[in-house]
Amino acid sequence: MLQGLFLILVSSALVNNFVLSRFLGICPFLGVSQKVETAVSMGWATTLVMTVSAVVTWTLERYFLLPLGLEFLRYVVYILVIASMVQTVETVLAKTSPALHRSLGIFLPLITTNCAVLGLALLVSLKGYNIVEAAVFAVGAGLGFTLALSLLAGIRERLEWADIPAAFKGAPIVLITAGLLSMAFLGFTGLVAQ
Amino acid sequence: MGRILLQSPGPHLGSPEQTRQIMWLVVLSLLPASLAGVYFFGFGALVVLATSVAAAVVTEYLWIKYVRGKEVRADGSAVVTGLLLGLTLPPGISPLYAFIGAVVAIILGKQVYGGLGSNPFNPALVGRTFLLISFPVVMTTWQAPWDATTTATPLSLLATGGPLPSWGQLFWGNVGGSLGETSVLALALGGLYLIYKGYIDWRIPTGVLGSAALFSLALGIPVTTTLFSGGLVLGAFFMATDYVTSPVTPAGRWLFAIGIGLITMVIRQFGGYPEGVSFAILLMNAAVPLLEKLTWPKAMGAVQ
Repeated sequence: MLQGLFLILVSSALVNNFVLSRFLGICPFLGVSQKVETAVSMGWATTLVMTVSAVVTWTLERYFLLPLGLEFLRYVVYILVIASMVQTVETVLAKTSPALHRSLGIFLPLITTNCAVLGLALLVSLKGYNIVEAAVFAVGAGLGFTLALSLLAGIRERLEWADIPAAFKGAPIVLITAGLLSMAFLGFTGLVAQ
Repeated sequence: MGRILLQSPGPHLGSPEQTRQIMWLVVLSLLPASLAGVYFFGFGALVVLATSVAAAVVTEYLWIKYVRGKEVRADGSAVVTGLLLGLTLPPGISPLYAFIGAVVAIILGKQVYGGLGSNPFNPALVGRTFLLISFPVVMTTWQAPWDATTTATPLSLLATGGPLPSWGQLFWGNVGGSLGETSVLALALGGLYLIYKGYIDWRIPTGVLGSAALFSLALGIPVTTTLFSGGLVLGAFFMATDYVTSPVTPAGRWLFAIGIGLITMVIRQFGGYPEGVSFAILLMNAAVPLLEKLTWPKAMGAVQ
C-alpha cells in the first residue's frame, strides 16, 4: 500500500513530470519562470490548487456524476471546482501577501486555465484511483511542477547576463532550455512501470 | 610630486594560466583514456574520436566567425567538448553519428547560450544524450575489445544477471562499453593528474564516487562493479568537474556531486536505462543555480 503510493508519487513528480514529459502547464512554465522566488510561490499555489481540486473532483465524480449518469458534465463541473479554488487562493493571497500577489500577476487567475490542473483531475478519473491515491498523485504532480518551474527559473536568472545571439534572445532560448531539461528528465524513464 | 597613483579595476594579480592552457592540459589528461580506447577497439575508435573533435572545432569556428561575426579565439574548449563526446560513444559507431553529436553539442549545448561560460548544461553530454534518445539502437550496440563482434556492457550484464567480468578486466578496460569509459586505470591517471595540478576540485569526484559506492553497499552490489563499470569514472573526473556547469561554492559542490552519484545509482538500479551517469550530470547541471543560491556564504557582518 505504502509502496504503491510512493511509486505514484515518484511517477507523477519525476517519471511522468506534468511539464517536462506530459507537456501540460507550459504557459505558466514559460510565463512565471523569470525569478526563482516567484516560480517557487507559483509552484506551491498550483500544488495547493491541484491537491484540493483533485480531492473535490474525485468526490463529485464518485458520489454525484457517476450515480446520476452525468459523466458528460465532467469538464464543466471540474472547471467550476478549479475556478472557485483559484478564486479562493487569490483572495487569500491578495489579503495576506500583496507583494506576492502582484508578482504572480495575471498568472494566478490563469491557474484556472492551467491545463495541468484539469489534466490532473481527468487523469485521476481515467486511472481509477481511490481518494488517497488521487491526493498523492496530485501532490506529486504539484511537486514535479514546482521542481520544473524552479529549475528553469534558476537557469533563466543566469541567462540574464549571457551574451545570447540576438536571434535566440527571449522565448527561443527559454524553449531550447526547456527542451534540454525535458531531455535530461528522460533519464527517469522506466523508473516506475506504468 | 613625481609619483602617479595608478588605479585599475581588479583582479590585480595576474596568472600565466589562461583558459587555453587549462583546456590543453585537460586534453593531455584525456590522452591515456583515448589511447586505451584506440588500443582496445582499434582504428575505428580513432576515426570516431577524430571526427568528433574535428566536427566540434569546425562548427565552433564557423558559428563564431559567420553567425556571430566575431573574431575567433582558439581557447581549446571545442577540442575538449569533441574529445569528451567521442569518448562517450560506442567504439563501432559510424562517424556520421559522431559528426551529428558534435554539431548538436557545440550549437545547442553551448553557442546558442553565447558560448563558453554561459551554457547551463555540459555540451558534450547534451550531444551524447541527444544521440542516445534519437538513435537508441546505434548508441547501445557495443563492440568487444580486439574483436568486431558485438557484446554486452558490464552494466547490462549486471541488469540481466549474466557472468560479470573480473575487476581486473574492468580496471584495465578490456570490456565492452563506450570508447573511453572502459579503462579505469587510464581515466584515473588523467583525473588524478588534474587534481594534483589543482585544475579540478577533488570534492566532486570524491562525492560522486563515494555516494555511488555507499549506495551500492546499501543495496549489496559489489563496490568494484559499481565504480569500475560504465561511465562513472569518466563522468566523475572529466564531466561533473566542468567549471561552467558545476557550482562554485564548496558546499554546493558536495551536494552536486552526491546528487550525481545517487541519481546515477537510482537510474542504474530501478530505471529503464542500464547507465545513468549522463542523465544524472545533466539533471544536476540544471540544479546548479539553485544549489549556489542555497549554499551562497553570507557576507561578513550581513544582517538577515
